[in-house]
Amino acid sequence: MTAYQLSIFAENKPGRLAAVTGILAKEKINIRATTIATSDTFGVINLIVDDPQRAQLALSKAGMTVNLREVLAVLIEDKPGGLDKLTQMLAKENININNAYGFVLEGHKKAVFVVDVDQMERAQKLIERGGFKTLDTEALSAIEPFHYMKY
Amino acid sequence: MYWDREAETMDRGKLESIQVERLRETLRRARKSPYYGKLFRDAGIEPEQVNSVDMIKAIPFTTKDDLQAHWPYGFLAVMKDEVIRMHASSGTTGRSIVVFHTASDIAGWTDVLARSIYMAGMRKDDVFQNMMSYGLFTGGLGFHYAAEKVGALVIPAGAGNSKRQIQLMRDFETTVIHIIPSYAIHLFTVFGELKVDPKKDTKLKMAFIGAEPHSEKMRKKIEEFYGIKAYNSYGLSEMNGPGVSFECPAQSGMHIWEDHYVVEVIDPETLTPVPDGEEGELVLTTLMREGMPVLRYRTKDLTRIIPGQCECGRTHRRIDRIKGRTDDMMILKGVNIFPLQIEKKLMEIPGVGTNFVIILEREGNEDSMVVKVEVQKEYFAGDLKQLENLRKRIVEELRSDILITPKVSLIEPGGLPSTEGKAVRVIDNRKE
Repeated sequence: MTAYQLSIFAENKPGRLAAVTGILAKEKINIRATTIATSDTFGVINLIVDDPQRAQLALSKAGMTVNLREVLAVLIEDKPGGLDKLTQMLAKENININNAYGFVLEGHKKAVFVVDVDQMERAQKLIERGGFKTLDTEALSAIEPFHYMKY
Repeated sequence: MYWDREAETMDRGKLESIQVERLRETLRRARKSPYYGKLFRDAGIEPEQVNSVDMIKAIPFTTKDDLQAHWPYGFLAVMKDEVIRMHASSGTTGRSIVVFHTASDIAGWTDVLARSIYMAGMRKDDVFQNMMSYGLFTGGLGFHYAAEKVGALVIPAGAGNSKRQIQLMRDFETTVIHIIPSYAIHLFTVFGELKVDPKKDTKLKMAFIGAEPHSEKMRKKIEEFYGIKAYNSYGLSEMNGPGVSFECPAQSGMHIWEDHYVVEVIDPETLTPVPDGEEGELVLTTLMREGMPVLRYRTKDLTRIIPGQCECGRTHRRIDRIKGRTDDMMILKGVNIFPLQIEKKLMEIPGVGTNFVIILEREGNEDSMVVKVEVQKEYFAGDLKQLENLRKRIVEELRSDILITPKVSLIEPGGLPSTEGKAVRVIDNRKE
């Protein structure tokens, strides 16, 4: 299964992230994960949300430059070596990771690792054959991320 | 105190009669070029009938566009084998112009520039360090020949390499430099880094500054930093280069050599002459050139004739410091750059949007160019590396075209203020 990542081109200046989150809040779109990559005067905001298509539409309508791309959201064990198992496998197959980030799920048992790789289909097959579960948008929306406030 | 007393101090009546004679001869020569030959036939201009300088007004203006459109030989008025050198305007691909010189042209140019630097005070016992680039640019070779003619020891240092420049100055006891004003300011900071005091540790006494518009304040700064006199000059490749107009020790305006050029100042809108003292566009006609005469050339430079006679006794009129341009040409580090040229280059690069803005900055003492470019919406594929590569490509493409390395920022599509009517492409923050 593939998931979608929203990428927004933004100048590196105050208020740009707030403009993005403002629109998503108004549209009642839930953000599951976010990373920002910056290069001097500009950057890219990456988001995993519960309704990527609707989010893209809303952001585009507001004049933002948005790209929707397929990524793999891989379910991994939340324990030492959990991520290593996945990355070693990709390394052995010479698959390059362009961007990656993760978040821990409730109960410390599982985590989701989002990878943006150069050989999407091959990587996906390989990961699934290797015993990992990949999540699509729906599955990502259903899972509850770990919440520090909830003891 | 005069290089050529007779030429420099002749009364206005005599000067004008020389102008008429030389103008007639210039028109006769110009007629041999394909461009002016046709123009004269079409407009019914007969050089033989010219008996006053005022009659020049019957000749249509020549513009940079005309020179470009008839690249390369359309203005050449002699057989090619008479030509001994060419110069071309600085690094402006697609907008270059070429000027051809015969042996007598080079001699004439050298003499009038020698007259200029001698006027400012350079002598045979001086050591002259020429810190301008040699090559197609006229500032290097032009001054080189003139300084040799005066008899000074010439150090053909060329542009750049600040540490070596300072070393040369100290080792050979340079007394006179020829330098771009912004570079003079920059070089002073290098002096500081090397803990060398130009006032105490060098024998400098004079600088010729030019090739770049600058303010009186900037000149004062240079004079103060180095403890020297700095003389302003004006010239352009189309009119040979340096030596068109130069300051005398009075430093109140630049004498424009009217035995070599016919000087007009016009209203750039109505194209009619403005009286002395009033600002307008400088229009020049060569009087001594045989290889490539250029008639009523619109320089696009804004200045005024300073009324009254100069205390130095020279009868050639003076023009004021250049106030600006009637077109959008930018001059950065001595290089002429047109916004259109940058636009053309940008639009060839995939991923570049339609809007951009050029910002000229003076950081510390150095000029720099920032180009803000909107990215095409469809181009964005969500990854930073792609944007970073685009940015690098823009820097590289512009650098190879304008010979200056700009700072490039990528802007979101629609991120630059959209313009109604004429787009504001250049923001010059270098004003003091």
